[in-house]
Amino acid sequence: MIINHPLLGPRDSAEFVNLGAAELMNRPDPETATPEDWHDYAYLRDNPAGAHRELWFHEGGDRSILIVTRDTTTHEITAVELARNRGQRHDPGK
Amino acid sequence: MTQANRLSGGQIDHNTALEFTFDGKRYAGHPGDTLASALLANNVRLMGRSFKYHRPRGPLTAGSEEPNAIVELRSGARQEPNTRATTAELFDGLSATSQNRWPSLAFDAMAINDRFSNFLTAGFYYKTFMWPAAFWEKIYEPIIRKAAGLGSLSMQADPDEYDKGFRHCDLLIIGAGPAGLSAALTAGRAGKHVILADEDFRMGGRLNAETFAVADMAGADWATQTVAELSALSNVRLMPRTTVIGAFDHGICGAVERISDHLVTPPKGKPRQILWRIYAAQTLLCAGATERSIAFENNDRPGIMLAASMRAYANRWAATPAPRVAIFTNNDDGHRTACDLHAKGVKIAGVIDIRPDAPRSRDYEVLQGAHVTDTKGRLGLTFVDVRLADGTARTIECGALGVSGGWNPNVHLTCHQRGRPAWNDALAAFAPGGTLPPGMSVAGAANGAFSTHGALKSGADAARKALGLKGRAPALPRAEDAPVAQTPFWYVEGCARAWLDQQNDVTVKDVKLSYQEGFRSVEHLKRYTTLGMATDQGKTSNMGGLAIMAELAGKSIPEVGTTIFRPPYTPTSIGVLAGRMRGKEFHPTRLTPSHYWAEERGAVFVEVGNWLRAQWFPLPGETHWRQSVDREVTATRASVGVCDCTTLGKIDVQGTDAATFLNKVYCNGFAKLAVGKTRYGLMLREDGIAMDDGTAARLAEDQFVVTTTTANAARAYQHMEFVRQCLMPDADVQLISTTEAWAQYAVAGPNSRHLLQKIVDSDYDISNEGFPFMACGNITICSGLRARLFRISFSGELAFEIAVPARYGDALMRRLMAEGEEFDVTPYGTEALGVMRIEKGHAAGNELNGTTTALNLGMGRMVSKAKDSIGSKLSERPGLNEADTLMQVGLRPVNTSDKITAGGHLMRAAGPVDAAHDQGYVTSAAFSPTLGCMIGLGFLKDGGNRHGETLRLVSPVTDLSVAVEVVSAHFVDPEGARVRA
Repeated sequence: MIINHPLLGPRDSAEFVNLGAAELMNRPDPETATPEDWHDYAYLRDNPAGAHRELWFHEGGDRSILIVTRDTTTHEITAVELARNRGQRHDPGK
Repeated sequence: MTQANRLSGGQIDHNTALEFTFDGKRYAGHPGDTLASALLANNVRLMGRSFKYHRPRGPLTAGSEEPNAIVELRSGARQEPNTRATTAELFDGLSATSQNRWPSLAFDAMAINDRFSNFLTAGFYYKTFMWPAAFWEKIYEPIIRKAAGLGSLSMQADPDEYDKGFRHCDLLIIGAGPAGLSAALTAGRAGKHVILADEDFRMGGRLNAETFAVADMAGADWATQTVAELSALSNVRLMPRTTVIGAFDHGICGAVERISDHLVTPPKGKPRQILWRIYAAQTLLCAGATERSIAFENNDRPGIMLAASMRAYANRWAATPAPRVAIFTNNDDGHRTACDLHAKGVKIAGVIDIRPDAPRSRDYEVLQGAHVTDTKGRLGLTFVDVRLADGTARTIECGALGVSGGWNPNVHLTCHQRGRPAWNDALAAFAPGGTLPPGMSVAGAANGAFSTHGALKSGADAARKALGLKGRAPALPRAEDAPVAQTPFWYVEGCARAWLDQQNDVTVKDVKLSYQEGFRSVEHLKRYTTLGMATDQGKTSNMGGLAIMAELAGKSIPEVGTTIFRPPYTPTSIGVLAGRMRGKEFHPTRLTPSHYWAEERGAVFVEVGNWLRAQWFPLPGETHWRQSVDREVTATRASVGVCDCTTLGKIDVQGTDAATFLNKVYCNGFAKLAVGKTRYGLMLREDGIAMDDGTAARLAEDQFVVTTTTANAARAYQHMEFVRQCLMPDADVQLISTTEAWAQYAVAGPNSRHLLQKIVDSDYDISNEGFPFMACGNITICSGLRARLFRISFSGELAFEIAVPARYGDALMRRLMAEGEEFDVTPYGTEALGVMRIEKGHAAGNELNGTTTALNLGMGRMVSKAKDSIGSKLSERPGLNEADTLMQVGLRPVNTSDKITAGGHLMRAAGPVDAAHDQGYVTSAAFSPTLGCMIGLGFLKDGGNRHGETLRLVSPVTDLSVAVEVVSAHFVDPEGARVRA
């Protein structure tokens, strides 16, 4: 597969490590989350036949983590963006 | 060495002779020959035995679709089984051996199977070897395994090298026949970057095998001229002897280039084959078409081959399988073969055409409306039985029979991403379907354009379309443009033992049986009969099987459907897939900067991930590893030892939010750690399980140096990047791995400070007051070399870790050894390191095993409740915090001579030994020279409250049962006085 890195252009997927579903970015708010929220976050993943948002870590490159939208049935990639542009906006002091 | 069946002309060099052997017998051929063409020229039709019935077989085709003529090439370590004689390029000194026969090709004892064919039909194995069940493993399987397979392996390492490479292009053209050449000319002249790959050693495809004119010259000459023009274009790369084996995601194709297969041995420094990964913006498949056969009784004798292949042997290789041949056809293409062979002086015994209105010839007899009903000849064809249009029988004497049932577009690579071929009524064949791999288009015969003009035109058009070329289409060379006229005809009425899949011995009868027994879908048919499951993937056979199944089911062929092809296109050697990743090169080997010093000291090394680490340093006279390890431990605890700990992961964390970041990734607090101090840190996974541990040293307000374990270095770094980029994108923090940048050594033992004081520059005070336990700082050593010093201890002794830029690691180690002579400094390896950490009760990988929590490790109180960190919430789950949860303990044998074994389980002193009564397990064990007995670390239910209790350590697998006492995990210096000395 070829992943079109937003900063580096098309790169072979062999340079990347898959870190799992992009839902991992939606970590529950520790102030308000219920045990069920934590359970869902830690253990439940969708397994769609179709578009799947997932994290790819450019380990053999610039170490960016990308959010890649990939069709699991065709491997077609429809969107690639930098995770840090979409990450949670937590107050770093919290 | 007369070549009795050699004709004139062709694209071989008649003036040069090449000698080769087949089954030990010597023959001669010419440059340009394949092994099959040279054997045919030498009047050898018998080249192999079939898989199941051991029927005598000769070549069916003249290309890579060959099911029959499969031989072992070369000998010794280079012996290569299951090689197609039809594609093996002849070279001087080639040696080939037939396979799947005993004792000889002409007399094969296993041919007895053919007599029992009534029992060995489809499903034989499933029905016969069902019972008794106990027979399977001991009796049936060994016999079947022995009988299965064709060629044999040399059982020696392959002496040749294989390589991998990467190429990029605007347009990859697969196949250099008329369509491919025309496409390459169009794209090449437009200045595009083109790769033209062809599996053959001579480009031109069918143009080399036909007598048609192109641009008023012989087709083969036009091909030669075109290849010359293309090779002059710097933007076009020609790759002959290169098979595109697969069309993978996003326009990436795999291709195997045979660099040296046509030579006796590869030239020095050259690989045998190269696996190319070709990144193509567009791919154009011009793979041509494969002729299909007609099934009739005993249609598999040596000498019976596809008519167009017979024509290729005559026109390109100047060889005929016999001086007298016949043709069996349902279309005009068979007549071309008769015509061409007649022109070459081969006697045409007759053309048997099923069509009552077949065209007649002045040169030979055409039997209109006739069928071949049977054949004769044990090791090679002698006669064919023909049923004439009026129903009368006739026998024709001939040594070869060309069979033509029409053509199938070669759709193989269009299926590699699950695209299904679609039935095309006009062609009466499956053609590339609507869903092709993205970026791929198909031209020429592969897309149903069977005429030469059609191929040239569709190649040029497809290249223009794929590349978006504008302007007027270039003029095409003049060529024949015969219309496609194919009428399906699959088998002769009344036949039974008529072969469809010759390699796997699947007959018309087997397909009928499959239908009768309910295996009617194409996927079931394939698996029940093994149709198309041989090494040729049924390139010449699938169609016939499907058509017969359709007829039996009373359905149309498109209703029955077709199976799809998978990569690789042709069998591919494991060697080329491995490339250079063999033996020690399977993964990279990482050496620490002082590796060669350790080697000089005679160190024994151990692989830790990719690293090689010194395991122990034997001295002369030491015959057992324990002697060396015990000595290293004792010497370190008595005076001073040095251990290379470069392999620990080192991550530099910088930024104004660095402390906040570490607070998030470590379960314990880091915000209040003072500059110049180091702290142990435990990382949890989000589910509350311990992931990795290490230290973080605060070198400045906004800089920490984090260490991870050797094994988890990459994983911990990934995790930290995830937290940084995905969970804290606004934090001002940057990470970089500096593992390779610093060489780091643990200097441990009561004399460690004295040793270091000899090399640390005098500006730096490393006394206990000036540099207390857990201190850290940037220093200089040896008159100005920058270094980092950490006062941390894994051994439990007064200890430091000192880091220098990697290029000084070797020099530092040598300096430490020289300066330490007065203290009897001892280098120690990973074994002594492990013994000392067990003696001290420090957790390592055995304890951080992916199931344990901070609480299990005795660090439950470290998990800060004052802040949120990864894993802090889920580590509070009740299930992980039950009263009798596993706690880390130390274990020592009641009888000090008893062994403690890691992996053993703990049971109460009395009572049953079973899983229900399990009390815990041992994770680490070692002989402690300090205590003089074996000791262990383990996890025990409610272990914190059970010190002093006697348990049984059991291992039912090894019959171990030993009484052990539960003790504190800190066997050595439990108060920690030494580390603070």
